[in-house]
Amino acid sequence: MKLITAVIKPFKLDEVKEALKSAGVNGMTVTEVQGFGRQSGHTEVYRGAEYTVDFVPKIKVEILADDGAAAGIADALAGAARTEKIGDGKIWITDVGSVQRIRTGERDTDAI
Amino acid sequence: MDTGDAAWVLTSAALVLFMTPGLALFYGGMDRTRNVLNMLMMNFWCLLIVPVVWAIGGFSLAQVPFENDFIGNFDAAFLRGFGILGEDGGFGLAGIIFLGMFAVITPALISGAVADRMKFSAWAIFVPLWLMLVFVPVFKWIYGGWLGQRGSLDFAGGTAIHVNAGIAALAAVLVLGKRKGWPSEGHPPHSMPLVMIGTGILWFGWFGFNAGSALAANGTAVQAFMNTFLAAAAAGLAWALVERVRDGHITNLGAASGIVAGLVAITPGAGFVAGMAPIWIGLAAGVICSFAVGLKTKAGYDDALDVVGVHFVGGLVGSLAIGLFSQPDFFGNGVMAGVFHDGGWKLLGEQALANGATIVYSFIVTGLIMLALKATIGVRVSEETESSGLDLAEHAETAYSTGSASLTGH
Repeated sequence: MKLITAVIKPFKLDEVKEALKSAGVNGMTVTEVQGFGRQSGHTEVYRGAEYTVDFVPKIKVEILADDGAAAGIADALAGAARTEKIGDGKIWITDVGSVQRIRTGERDTDAI
Repeated sequence: MDTGDAAWVLTSAALVLFMTPGLALFYGGMDRTRNVLNMLMMNFWCLLIVPVVWAIGGFSLAQVPFENDFIGNFDAAFLRGFGILGEDGGFGLAGIIFLGMFAVITPALISGAVADRMKFSAWAIFVPLWLMLVFVPVFKWIYGGWLGQRGSLDFAGGTAIHVNAGIAALAAVLVLGKRKGWPSEGHPPHSMPLVMIGTGILWFGWFGFNAGSALAANGTAVQAFMNTFLAAAAAGLAWALVERVRDGHITNLGAASGIVAGLVAITPGAGFVAGMAPIWIGLAAGVICSFAVGLKTKAGYDDALDVVGVHFVGGLVGSLAIGLFSQPDFFGNGVMAGVFHDGGWKLLGEQALANGATIVYSFIVTGLIMLALKATIGVRVSEETESSGLDLAEHAETAYSTGSASLTGH
């Protein structure tokens, strides 16, 4: 099993969610996060004083997937989240040791 | 005072009371999440202690008898002689109530300067000391005392309140010192929506502050109301446009700051100017104050929320502007005319003297009060409290709680 983690622009969340549903994903976890990449932060001006805000708000999306499905899901996610402007975010895929559905106790592939 | 006047003065008094919570939100929104409750409580503390001190002796020393040059006496201490059984059937209390609201908000103005690092116990003692040693005498000099008798004008408290509190704020922060990391570490506002609702409340309340200062439901009150309406708008407009040209955007904080600067600037002349004068005064205050708030980083005094740049500078601009725009033919109460109405320079000179005397006295005595507090109980919170926030350390409260809590004692 794989864990797909993506950091995306917040306004893209709805499109990403719809694209993932179309790609057969039936569960995801979403977190509001802050960070910076090449986009770096932004500046704000209060009473003429300029402040640099280092961390930009982003959404982190996490999806568990079968080994064979992970790459396709990641591509679908990337397609929906892409604006081709700086700050679109990243996707990475990691191996997962085991998965358990709490309600039924089903494990691994059955639990996804 | 007839029933109509009493109705208007009481209504105005309630409007002015509402300004202190408004100011608390205006300042609180500009402060940080970990210090916002401390800021609110510094303001609400004035609402708790000042009315009591005012009734005990503040009002009497500030106004009774009216003709005393420097300070009143204790004839009206404990409200002696005032009340429904008195000669005036209780109407005299209306003035004490109305002026008491001004006494509440004046020390509260200073809280914005000392934000983020002043010990609450020191603030708690500072407020009544400052009220009795600075506000009360300066108020007396201007209203009935030596400065007023010479002909200087201050309709609703530009000098007595804003210049006075503004220069006191400067003295206070010079004794208190800079916040850790200031100015390189940024302290942007934590909630602009709070700042904007606070600004709205201030503007709303300021109609009572200025139009109520006619102390009657008459034409002067109406003119003061109109002047308050126009000056705030013009100053907000001016500040916003300066920012658009200088910094690239029209900001909420710029508009709010401009509105407050305009309200401050029209306060001293609200009942002495007419026509387009409030617009000129507002435009001048908006432009001048939008640059004055930058002085602190150049001069190196940490006036956290710009009490000096907005209240001191705005008050001074407005008070001196009376020397230009005063129009006694409109108000016919024996006041001097300004430069633009064939009055010559005499009134402007008196305005300069009144503000100069207020600045010197308030700066020195406020500094001495702060030094005395520093030498005894101390004026600053610990470095740890300054970093972790005053809300929890000073008040055992948190403004924006995210977790759950268990009841462990009651």
